[in-house]
Amino acid sequence: MAEIIESGGGKKHGKKGRKGHGSTHVDMTPMVDLACLLLTFFMLTTAFSKPKVMEIVLPDKIKDKTIKAPEVDKDKVVNIIIDDDRVFWYNGMAAPDKVTNQLPTLIVTDFSKDGIRTVLLSRNKELFVKMDEFTQDILKGKLKLPKDSIDKRLKQFKKEDKAGPIVLIKAGENVKYGNLVDIIDEMAICNIARYAIVELSPQEKQMLATAKATLPPVTKKAEIK
Amino acid sequence: MSKLKMPVRSPSVDMTPMVDLFFLLLTFFMLTTSFRPQEAVQVDTPSSISEKKTPEKNVITLLISKDNKVYFNIDNGADSTSHMRSALLKMIGDYYKVSFTPEELKKFETLSSFGVPMTKMKDWINAKDQKERDAMSLNGIPTDSTAVGSELQMWIHFARLTNPEAEAAIKGDFGSDFKIVKKVMDILQDKKINKFDLTTNMEKVEVKVKDIK
Repeated sequence: MAEIIESGGGKKHGKKGRKGHGSTHVDMTPMVDLACLLLTFFMLTTAFSKPKVMEIVLPDKIKDKTIKAPEVDKDKVVNIIIDDDRVFWYNGMAAPDKVTNQLPTLIVTDFSKDGIRTVLLSRNKELFVKMDEFTQDILKGKLKLPKDSIDKRLKQFKKEDKAGPIVLIKAGENVKYGNLVDIIDEMAICNIARYAIVELSPQEKQMLATAKATLPPVTKKAEIK
Repeated sequence: MSKLKMPVRSPSVDMTPMVDLFFLLLTFFMLTTSFRPQEAVQVDTPSSISEKKTPEKNVITLLISKDNKVYFNIDNGADSTSHMRSALLKMIGDYYKVSFTPEELKKFETLSSFGVPMTKMKDWINAKDQKERDAMSLNGIPTDSTAVGSELQMWIHFARLTNPEAEAAIKGDFGSDFKIVKKVMDILQDKKINKFDLTTNMEKVEVKVKDIK
């Protein structure tokens, strides 16, 4: 493996003291070795997939207590409470029912694709179908638009949407960061136009405690996950 | 038996094409490589469907480890002449009355994320190697609020002063408590940073319209 070309250049040396004029071939082995070594090094250290980010925009913190939070249409509100690796949800407001005088009951589900996603999708069907058709058209090449105008159109869809739910995300006591990212990710998957992260109200804490009492206690495995 | 005489040939092969290829690949990898900076803690980020890439420059990274410690990192700015890290360290050093030598400032530029209180910053910079540094930064940056604000608050405050273009990114472990993440978010919001990134891994999710009930 040593030489590149076998014609022995060295033989000409020494004859009648003639120098030079020999073969111009150089032993390239060390260079090849080094190139090979560096190549392996770079191949192993390269990280091709750069981490991605999801952008979240939170509303300005209002220090002024006199400014009230905007009123929302309570029929549109879906409340999601995450706690203990579980998802609890209910519609509307956490106010006692006028007839039965009871707080709404929480429905328990999970983070899987048959969990909260089905709930959100069925509530947000109109917008989701609209946006899905648009992206399918782009993918199939029916519509040709530059990247930023696609983003603009998608944003426009969300802005114009009237029928979709307003999702309020609330975190309980024992929530992992992964759970939060999961739930925000669900919003992105279901193309939810309006959602916010808010604090639990005292009524909701009570509802959460009632809902939890009926469930088996959290196993250790779930906590690790 | 008569010997069959084969022409004597050297067993060497022409390696030129192989070498050419090696160099081509080597150049490719050298040019595309971006070294993963060594971080103070290992963080397993949660996954999301987001396809937005991490910005390369002007990012304040707040690492949150599995055991709820907060680490801070910022890059040197748009190009190598901006020296944002040393400017930041000098500024925060003045605030906490810790003076750093020019050598220490220079060394700080080359380092990565850190999680030491200001009192230990000098030792951290002058540590022998990364191992020693990691041993020092077990507790993260103090986040307890004092009357003037926690050290983390000050780092973010001064980072914004030295580099107003810097955006914030939270790189949390999926197992870290939401409470600590919320605390960090609150600090960011106090500093009027309402828009920030959460670093995630990408995971494709397909939803078909016909599946919707």
